[in-house]
Amino acid sequence: MKGSRILMALAAPVSAFVFSILISSVVLITVGTNPLEAWSEMLSFGIRLETLIETSNRATPLYLAGIAVAIGFRMNLFNIGVEGQYTIAALLAASAGAAVSLPAPMHVLLIMVVAIAVGSMFSGVAGYLKVTRGVHEVISTIMLNAIALSMVGYLMRTWLADPDDTTLNLKTREIAESGRFPNLNDFLQTFTRDIKGGRELDGFLIIAVIVGVVFHLYLTRTRSGYDLRITGLNPFAAEASGVDPKATVVKAMLLSGAVAGLIGMPEILGQDFKYDLSFTKGLGFAGIAVALIGRNHPAGIAIGALFFGWLDSAAPILDVRGDAPREIVSILQGVVVLSAVVAYEVVSRIRRTLEARDTASATVEPAAAIKETAETGQ
Amino acid sequence: MNAVPLRESRVLRWTIAVLGLVLVLSIVQELARPETTDLISAGTAGSTLRRAVPILLAGLGGIWAERAGVVNIGLEGMMILGTWFGAWGALEFGPWWGILIGITGGAAGGLLHAVATVGFGVDHIISGVAINILAPGITRFLSREIFATQSGGGITQSPRVESVGHADVPFLSGGDLFGWSSPDLFDWISNRGWFLVSDLFKVLSGATSNVSWATLLALALVPATVFILWRTPFGLRVRACGEHPVAADSLGVNVYRMKYAAVVISGGLAGFGGAFIAIEQTGIYRESQTQGRGFIGLATVIFGNWRPLGAFLGSILFGFADALQLRDRTAVHALLLLAGVAVGLAALWSLRRRQPAGSIVLLLISALILWWYSVTDSVMGELPPVTPHIATLLVLVFATGRLRMPAADGMRYRKGQE
Repeated sequence: MKGSRILMALAAPVSAFVFSILISSVVLITVGTNPLEAWSEMLSFGIRLETLIETSNRATPLYLAGIAVAIGFRMNLFNIGVEGQYTIAALLAASAGAAVSLPAPMHVLLIMVVAIAVGSMFSGVAGYLKVTRGVHEVISTIMLNAIALSMVGYLMRTWLADPDDTTLNLKTREIAESGRFPNLNDFLQTFTRDIKGGRELDGFLIIAVIVGVVFHLYLTRTRSGYDLRITGLNPFAAEASGVDPKATVVKAMLLSGAVAGLIGMPEILGQDFKYDLSFTKGLGFAGIAVALIGRNHPAGIAIGALFFGWLDSAAPILDVRGDAPREIVSILQGVVVLSAVVAYEVVSRIRRTLEARDTASATVEPAAAIKETAETGQ
Repeated sequence: MNAVPLRESRVLRWTIAVLGLVLVLSIVQELARPETTDLISAGTAGSTLRRAVPILLAGLGGIWAERAGVVNIGLEGMMILGTWFGAWGALEFGPWWGILIGITGGAAGGLLHAVATVGFGVDHIISGVAINILAPGITRFLSREIFATQSGGGITQSPRVESVGHADVPFLSGGDLFGWSSPDLFDWISNRGWFLVSDLFKVLSGATSNVSWATLLALALVPATVFILWRTPFGLRVRACGEHPVAADSLGVNVYRMKYAAVVISGGLAGFGGAFIAIEQTGIYRESQTQGRGFIGLATVIFGNWRPLGAFLGSILFGFADALQLRDRTAVHALLLLAGVAVGLAALWSLRRRQPAGSIVLLLISALILWWYSVTDSVMGELPPVTPHIATLLVLVFATGRLRMPAADGMRYRKGQE
């Protein structure tokens, strides 16, 4: 039974993956390129140490975004607002970090706490409006996204911009040395060859892994996480068993926003040490994609984040060689998401049918047996 | 027999609402006079209409899908498909073909959404989000393949696109009729200087002069949607699927087919909106030029209580904020006055409905906005573009009781369920 369940669980993502590779290959053929060549080129470039480091660096914020979205999804809350939450959290955290000077661990901690607070404050608004006024969180988070992003634009232009800066690229003041997150190059190089091209393995990877583990333990090993999970599975049963649905909604939104606040941290603490106009956008929406692929499971999200991160880091080789357009990767990513959600739905329906049949045969057979013995006994 | 007076009273209510709006606008314009004269002018009216059309089309798209019970968060993605295919079609075959191909592109996105949500029973929000992720991927790839090789084009933009024709409406705004230039009635009245009446006709004149045929087509879709959804058997079936699909099924309605049709139409309307942005508004395809208008369209659906006329009014309001911002920065400051007055009126209205708590909050907000207006000379440029979003949140917070979405909206439906 266990084996077939794992097989079932793998069937959906694998078929979605194969399907999207097929579609992208067809697209490549129609534009006159050889898909096999393109994929093998990406593969051989993609296993280089530097590409793998880049993959990890891209996957780290994506993973955090995926977890942030998944916390909501696990109880049927759609936090579409991760995009706005992490952007404004990164801006305010970077500004706070530049404004103070503290000993190293405290400084980093303060920046992260500010980010977490701002992120959860924004998602908390959506949670609060849902439980008090019945405003659907999808609509409120979409609206809050726009509001958060325009606040970022305003604050960047006025109060938080570096006053000594004369260039057109608006930025906040830089965070001092003590507020920066160390990279993992030394650690990595004890196992591998020297890293070329000045690449750094982002240390925030560790935080992302911790967040994933804590998320898993929280859901499976704590009362609070259990409440959250069962509210998602069956809100009526949860309420009947004493779970306060309103408090759970607010809690899930706050937690989701808290993790969302961390998404921008690898970039702020490990790469740029400031918020500027080139700050990465779209991670909130990409996080939704990753959470959907990973079926809201911490391990699944990790696979999804690594896959997306790898595609983004390996794709530039296609342009360098000029054999295929690298934009094929964005089609591949889109198709994977859509086909994954369809595949999960189909597989879960098949599973429900099978389970129903199992239950039916398990209950019908003994009944028939009893009847039979009763008849022969007569 | 009962239907006639009811319809009359609805028309009356709308007329009063529109006149009231113009009245408030005129008063605010008088109060703000030396500062700006753009609050109520022919130019602003024309620009408002141009800005409102894509939002309106997305809103109508949202209404079509949600009336059939399918939530369409993917409007934004379908709109993006509309911008690209619209621009491409206009380049290859001419502007009208561009509109048509843009509609087809959006409809293809709608079909995808229908296959996922209706065919496979995927959650509507999830499918919509997936389409919003997929659509920019497709257009990015296509731009790279097609626009990047053309002169003036690139990975993120197309060459310039020609727009469809513009014309003044005959008799009303002095348009040509078979080579004879007709009198310009609206302009004549708007120059008389009659308070309120002249202002009203200034707006009408702006909305009917040099107007794009595509705009007229889009506007015609409002009554068309009302007619099809509320006055034809097909429309009744579509709405039945959004209210109670099981009951509709028991009466012999093919629920799946109705939902498919409605969602494809929804995508087509969003695609039209996208094509309008590319062909009419900007004359070029640019990556992410929809700027979340699909989401604003979704907001107008809620704003307008899932009714086409409501969505139309919402899109005009949002288009107005957008147009003012582009035309005249100082007018935006006067907009604060308008917002303050509007929120104040909402406070009175909610007092009349015996909701003292809500009215106190609204009164405070109104006072705050008016105070802000009086102590400042200008307003930050970031504010007008988000007014739709703030307004939608406020409407949802203060008017939830008055909104009624289709009863089975967003729910998964499988044939044979109970």
